[in-house]
Amino acid sequence: MFPALGSAEAGSTIQLRGRCRIASLASVVGPMEGRGPLGEFFDLVTEDDLLGQSSWEKAEREMLLQSIRIACQKADLTPDDAQMLLAGDLLNQLITSGYAARSLDVPYLGLYSACATFVESLFLGAVLVEGGFCERVICATSSHHNTAERQYRLPTEFAAQRPPEAQWTVTGAAAFLLCDGGPTQAADEVQARVMAATMGRVVDYSVSDTYDLGSAMAPAAADTLIRHLSNTGQDPEDFDLILTGDLGKLGSRLTRQLIQKSRGIKLSRGNCWDAGRLIYSSEQKVQAGGSGCACQPVTFAGYIWKMAKELDLQQVLLLGTGALHSPVACQQGESIPAVAHAVELHFAGVQAGEKPSIT
Amino acid sequence: MQAGYDEIQQYRKMRQKNAPPTPLFANLLKAFFVGGAICAFGQLVLNIYRGMGFTVAEATVPLAGTMVFLGALFTGFGWYDELGEFAGMGAALPITGFANAIVSPAMEFKREGLVQGVGKHMFEVAGPVFVYGLTVSFVIGVVRYFFGAY
Repeated sequence: MFPALGSAEAGSTIQLRGRCRIASLASVVGPMEGRGPLGEFFDLVTEDDLLGQSSWEKAEREMLLQSIRIACQKADLTPDDAQMLLAGDLLNQLITSGYAARSLDVPYLGLYSACATFVESLFLGAVLVEGGFCERVICATSSHHNTAERQYRLPTEFAAQRPPEAQWTVTGAAAFLLCDGGPTQAADEVQARVMAATMGRVVDYSVSDTYDLGSAMAPAAADTLIRHLSNTGQDPEDFDLILTGDLGKLGSRLTRQLIQKSRGIKLSRGNCWDAGRLIYSSEQKVQAGGSGCACQPVTFAGYIWKMAKELDLQQVLLLGTGALHSPVACQQGESIPAVAHAVELHFAGVQAGEKPSIT
Repeated sequence: MQAGYDEIQQYRKMRQKNAPPTPLFANLLKAFFVGGAICAFGQLVLNIYRGMGFTVAEATVPLAGTMVFLGALFTGFGWYDELGEFAGMGAALPITGFANAIVSPAMEFKREGLVQGVGKHMFEVAGPVFVYGLTVSFVIGVVRYFFGAY
């Protein structure tokens, strides 16, 4: 079944030498995410959806800027010390990222892979650092429930019932500061290096229900994951954690089944988590889970990073999934194409007494 | 990569098998009781206007005005969308839901200004209802004009 998924001719996995280190990261979320099960792990939980701004779009921009500032502060730097800003969001013309970059003095590249944007930025940032082109790169992504609803769906106050497979766009922003070279932090601090990456091809299995993005993205997630595993000769058990972006309940289940039926690979629930299912509790009425550009990075920067020691993470695969549709395309009868990107991280300093290795 | 016909069919079956069940019966019950309650309240308002001396035909005008006002007000308070999430069509179908369909986009786009925002987007949701409602009314009017006598 599904022989085309994960075919080897789709391109290789890019192996890096580990020069690129995640120096610091920051997560900023809205009040609803703050009330969720991961609330205590975020760097900043805002009091409301507006952050004192006059519109939600401006609020999202403010969140993105704050996450960038916090990430740089943690490394005793300012945003202007970076040589490149790689940023993306969900809004038309990437207005959150572009307008946020206006306040900074950093060369800016705007990226779009919908909710896989974060992993895309991490990969590109790692390549820039690894190649010696930049010493420090900021990767940042954001999403806002209210700005996304109005662009993709209906007015927020409109009285409509959401179907059970619908997902809730996360209000939040996350920024990662990538640095070149060896450890500058205390030896017992957690650090992570980008070691390998598999970029996804665009996969379309003719799902056209715009409320059911998990189903649209599951084949893309399965495709990239199979390719990454077979290109690097690894099994799912080799990873302490495979964190998917925002497949939701249904999408996660379908991804497992697609991988099992096409390649006979079994994903265990123990080390394969979905950020969209971690960020909200079942009482928060978010149907199938969270979604959006911020879902995976705030979950990673908040919960996963801060719990790395407790979870004993050595090797982590981040699998971002994005639905590349727009309301215009779908109204014209198009189905939803999706893409999934994977980045492999190796952690150090997780175990007690371990010295970070310099490569 | 565009999936082939067989894979699309296999995937469709897989999706159907795994789709979370829609609580159809519970949804129908909620819609019935919430929609019914809104209509019963409308009847109460109608009776009040009749008690003030209006005939039934006369009373429907202030009745519609009252219900639209309440729908708009509760939308403004941010309550009506919660009701819609709970009761679905039970909240959307009465005239209060129609008010919600006009007020919610107006609120959504007020930050883009009165002309380019509110003015342009106010009928974004209810617009098709107007267009096709008027079209059907026109057709029925024509039919009635020619055949109404029979």
